[in-house]
Amino acid sequence: MEDLKPRIGVYYAQNATVVTLTDEKILEDDDIKALEESIMPLIDGAVNLVIDFSSVQFLSSAVLGLLIRISKKINEHKGKLKLCGISARIYEIFKITRLDEIFDIYDDAKKAMLSLK
Amino acid sequence: MTLKTTIHEKIVLKGIISELRAVCAKVLSWGKNLGYSDDDLFAVHLAMEEAIVNAVKHGNKQDTSKTVSVEYDVSPEKIDISVADEGRGFDSNHLADPRLSENIYKMGGRGVLLIKSYMDEVEYNTAGNTVRMIKFNSRHGRDGEPR
Repeated sequence: MEDLKPRIGVYYAQNATVVTLTDEKILEDDDIKALEESIMPLIDGAVNLVIDFSSVQFLSSAVLGLLIRISKKINEHKGKLKLCGISARIYEIFKITRLDEIFDIYDDAKKAMLSLK
Repeated sequence: MTLKTTIHEKIVLKGIISELRAVCAKVLSWGKNLGYSDDDLFAVHLAMEEAIVNAVKHGNKQDTSKTVSVEYDVSPEKIDISVADEGRGFDSNHLADPRLSENIYKMGGRGVLLIKSYMDEVEYNTAGNTVRMIKFNSRHGRDGEPR
């Protein structure tokens, strides 16, 4: 039977769409594809998107590729992308790959949304 | 007291990522039983994931008739893993650096960097289709004695 569990939670704040990733591990191609298919339609126009990683304990480099695709689409639409809730272990992956220098990363969704005001 | 247990296994599987991930789960389970830290196990998990995906996608070009072999030794002192595919191999010393500005927006190309960053020793065979990766137990010295 097809796995229908939600990959993301979405809520709409005043100045941003906040996407919460609900999986603890993001590895499988199918998971990444499902995430992409869920998130990309949210980028319709100059959207500010906050992606909250608070529940994520493990991810691989394939997820970094997805974030870059999302970032490119948001930039094309003149929106802004903010990441938040990234654990220390996963933040290390961003540091090693120097993606911490191209993504705006905040402790939590509240701080990410404040940065958009 | 230092346990003398060493688990050795060599598993050859069709190049199907989900089946290879089951081997990764076994290695992590052995490592947990032997008291490796969560940070050590995170490093081994990430390196194995990247090596397995590289072997299947880039090495075997997703040809599931080709095999991937995973050989590992897990002891209280270190986790030593080799992942081999049937591809033509590559030169890991001449890969584009994904951290450079001209590459940083590329979708892929970060797996080998992560393997080399997270594991203590990494070497490729001459053909470039086998990677051997070692993680020492951060709770032990390299002489095997607990810190």
